[in-house]
Amino acid sequence: MTRTDEEEYWNSSKFKAFTFDDDEDELSTLQESKRAVDSISGLVGGDEDEDQVEIVGWGGEPVDSIVWSVRETAASTNQRPERESTPQTNTGPSQKSRSQSVYSLSSLFRGDVIVLIFSESSALSDSTTGRLFAPELRKPKSEYKEEWVRRVNCVCVCFQVVSLEKFRSLQEKLLLLDYSVKANDGNVITAVLIFLKKTLSKEILFQELQSRQTALRHFINFLYETEESGLLLELLRSLGRTEDAALLQYKEHQSISDESRRRDFLKSCLRPVNPIGFLSHLLERQIIMERGGKVEIFQKVPRKSSILNMPLVTTVYYACVYHYNEAEGTLSSPHNLRQTFRISEKQFFVTALAARAKLKAWSDVDALFFSRNWLGPNRKKTTNSAPPKVLQDYVGLVDDAQLRLSLAHKHKCHDIVINTYRDLKDRQLLLGYRTKVEVGSEADSRISQLLDNPKYWKEGGAYL
Amino acid sequence: MAYDARRDCPQLPDFSVLKRLARDQLIYLLEQLPGKKDLFIEADLMSPLDRIANLSTLKQHEVDKLYKVEYKPIISTSDQLCFLIRPRIKTVKWICGVVNADKTVGRFRRYKLIFAPQKFYACEMVLEEQGIFGDVTTDEWAFYLLPLDDDIISLELPEFFRDNFLAGDQRWVRTAGSALHLLHSIYGPFSKIYGIGRCSKMAYESWREQVEEEENRGRQAEIGNVFLIDRDVDFVTPLCSQVVYEGLVDDTFRIKCGCVEFGPEVTSSDKSVKVMLNSQDKVFNEIRNEHFSNVFNFLSQKAKNLQMAYDKRRGMDIKQMKTFVSEELKGLKQEHRLLSLHISASESIMKKKTKQDFQEMLKTEHSLLEGFEIRECTSFIEEHIIRQLSMIESLRLLCLLSLTENGLLSKDYRSLKAQYLQSYGMNHLLTFANLKRLGLLVEQQPGETLTVMESKVGKLVNDKTAGKLTDAFSSLAKKSNFRALSRKLNLVPKSDEEYNLRVPRDMAYIFSGAYIPLSCKLIEQVLERDGWTGLEDATKLLNGHEFCATGTNGADVKGKSDAPRIVLVMFLGGCTFSEISALRFLGKEKGYKFIVVTTAITNSSRLIEALLDSHM
Repeated sequence: MTRTDEEEYWNSSKFKAFTFDDDEDELSTLQESKRAVDSISGLVGGDEDEDQVEIVGWGGEPVDSIVWSVRETAASTNQRPERESTPQTNTGPSQKSRSQSVYSLSSLFRGDVIVLIFSESSALSDSTTGRLFAPELRKPKSEYKEEWVRRVNCVCVCFQVVSLEKFRSLQEKLLLLDYSVKANDGNVITAVLIFLKKTLSKEILFQELQSRQTALRHFINFLYETEESGLLLELLRSLGRTEDAALLQYKEHQSISDESRRRDFLKSCLRPVNPIGFLSHLLERQIIMERGGKVEIFQKVPRKSSILNMPLVTTVYYACVYHYNEAEGTLSSPHNLRQTFRISEKQFFVTALAARAKLKAWSDVDALFFSRNWLGPNRKKTTNSAPPKVLQDYVGLVDDAQLRLSLAHKHKCHDIVINTYRDLKDRQLLLGYRTKVEVGSEADSRISQLLDNPKYWKEGGAYL
Repeated sequence: MAYDARRDCPQLPDFSVLKRLARDQLIYLLEQLPGKKDLFIEADLMSPLDRIANLSTLKQHEVDKLYKVEYKPIISTSDQLCFLIRPRIKTVKWICGVVNADKTVGRFRRYKLIFAPQKFYACEMVLEEQGIFGDVTTDEWAFYLLPLDDDIISLELPEFFRDNFLAGDQRWVRTAGSALHLLHSIYGPFSKIYGIGRCSKMAYESWREQVEEEENRGRQAEIGNVFLIDRDVDFVTPLCSQVVYEGLVDDTFRIKCGCVEFGPEVTSSDKSVKVMLNSQDKVFNEIRNEHFSNVFNFLSQKAKNLQMAYDKRRGMDIKQMKTFVSEELKGLKQEHRLLSLHISASESIMKKKTKQDFQEMLKTEHSLLEGFEIRECTSFIEEHIIRQLSMIESLRLLCLLSLTENGLLSKDYRSLKAQYLQSYGMNHLLTFANLKRLGLLVEQQPGETLTVMESKVGKLVNDKTAGKLTDAFSSLAKKSNFRALSRKLNLVPKSDEEYNLRVPRDMAYIFSGAYIPLSCKLIEQVLERDGWTGLEDATKLLNGHEFCATGTNGADVKGKSDAPRIVLVMFLGGCTFSEISALRFLGKEKGYKFIVVTTAITNSSRLIEALLDSHM
């Protein structure tokens, strides 16, 4: 674009409001541009691919990319599985010692210095408690704090080398923990916690963590990551966090593969989060449904997957597809589910409607509508490519003209749109709508007919 | 763009240095294991690695085969294995398995673990416990910062968000400090540092400590000001639907590491195509910050111009034709290709959005932001849930409702939660627990007593005693106070005024004129006031942790340097493309250049997905 073009474009008259519903106009502009752009390709054609990668940088992964190469190795190794097991003769342990290179000499040195500082100023080695930090406390508080933070930081940076074993009394351990928390580095906090976990009984550790929320959070996350769920559960219980404990157990149960064992587990453990035994009941029903159902319907509508462990609404939907007409006493009947699990009327209606419409069981759909007398927009999504006639009937039931129009537009119920415009006496809109129906179609000729008939458009003219 | 940029906008520093640094360091590390070796790469490190090095770089340093870490037994025949990984326990455990399997069959190899961007003690503990500490060497690859574009730098650490804000694990604090330190040592010294949020404060302190360890040379600064902000200062913004082109592309197709994959529905062939989306793409660069409603017209105008340019060749003689082909045709062809791609992408977005009743959804969001017709919004959400529409979208709307209303009424909370669990499965009990912990989806407390007490207690006593009280205190959640903040900072423009999206008047344009993103508004205000003075009302509602500090000594503010107008904004916990667009707008208006540093690019789906049931 040239400068003036651009200015003209950006500063030209204000466009009408844009909405994502307004697909007709916006999309047609877009499609027009697309056609224009596509039409050019005749000229460009031919050497299309030659410079794609270099210039534009798209068109698949460039051959030199790492992602591409990883995919290649994966492909090639899949093809020829290599015999890997031939053991190589061991070349001896001599090379193993190189692993020490992780820690440079300088960090070793620094570590030693720190230990020295420690043992000098705070007499950590002789663990006479009480006046352990007395000298420091006399300093101005801020200074004292800063110094400690710096020290603990240093210790923590090099403590892989410095043995934490020197911190033996509980008080020293806790001070170490508290100052690691003050240093804000999660890595260090976790490191100290790992040390405490090894050197303190869990009862003592749990108790101390209770009053140290930041450290506690790190510990929980650590146990979580290392998958020590047993210990984590104990911790949560000792803290009185029963809800968290139950959630953890619930999460654990998801890895039980056997359905009946799962059901029994759910019965036993979920009291705090699941007072009515909701889940075990649901799973029980699902186990029954998984086995039952008439063959014909499964042939007609093959299942996509097993119903086990699916949400309740999905289960109801499933029941509405495969067990709709069963007696209410049957455990797999949708009505039975509805009552047992106290599903709201609206929820049930929407779900049943979707299921029956999918099966094109229009009589059931009718029954649902008229038993509930449900009017309103809830219907618009559930119609699932119903035959135009049925759809039209339902859309025609909507009272509000604007809503009816928008639904009719959406589902292309031409008659309704046309009638509504006629009733509104809006000739312009009807003219406009003509462009949206197929030329020569029934709707098209109806519009022509209406437009030609002056009695509908006369001011005050009644058409009744 | 539509508005006139101020002509005195400064130039951005060159960030390609960061890529070079990372590459050189990686090469150095690879050379620490001389000889041929196979390289195993953590899946989510592959794309970042691709942005800074290519296969030949690795081959030059004797990398033989490349594998993705897949937690399966390996089939490599190499005697040397190198693992390029994130410091995750799961990955380290897998490597231990590999090494121990070799030991069992008496196979000897050399192993090297390279942790990016740093190693954690917990990982080394695993090595020790599994008996292979000493059998492997470990290193750190300080690859902190990946420039995604001229003005976007990412740490590519999406887990930062969950670890820090949900689990309360501060493992990445030092990482953030080091990233800042790296930027400071290349582009600093910074003259002013502002920030808000607990994590920001800690990252700032960590940086400060690292700076103290070294001397400062007198240097010309390239970045003058820094603003650090925690994601939990503003959750509303990332949860809103994005309607600016780049954000919309991210919401619809997911931009990954600056690259998007358009599927067959866009390419109208059976292949997918990967496209780099950055300022190098001339068409994209012009529409990325535009509200979607402008994009169509822009593209069609562009198409017309292109047609005209091609048409020029009619009536040309041979000589003119020759010049046309050699000088213009290539550029036109490239533009043509890009144009047709973005037109197809827009078309595809439009189709998808129309299908999912996007307009209704936006209406609901805007009502929530305005605090208007809350009952209708609640029923809209309820209907969304009972019809089992997108599980993520349902949660997103629930969270928006809770954030804007300061929690749901008890009755609503219980009923919506129950319906949600019925529709999408009971395992979302865990999700709800997470959302509650984070304060994203909560039940209104009867009266304000608890929160008042909470803040009093928080001030009076330290970590130790406060923890003893109740569970409510152990939560990291904070009250959102959105409505009050919105009033204080004028975040929601009056709805009776027409908002012209073609000539935006403020940052609200990124949400169709309905809302100025809180995060960006804070940045604007603080820069304008050179600190937090006058914003006390807002910071109180935000639960504090705001700070403002002058930089290290040696920062030369005077002189003809552009630095004071170059502002680095660091989002801890992620930022969205819409926020970046808003900052670009602000920069143009006020003569700033913003550089966005983020732990990862986020959007509503990523944010919610990070909180799904998989964790405690």
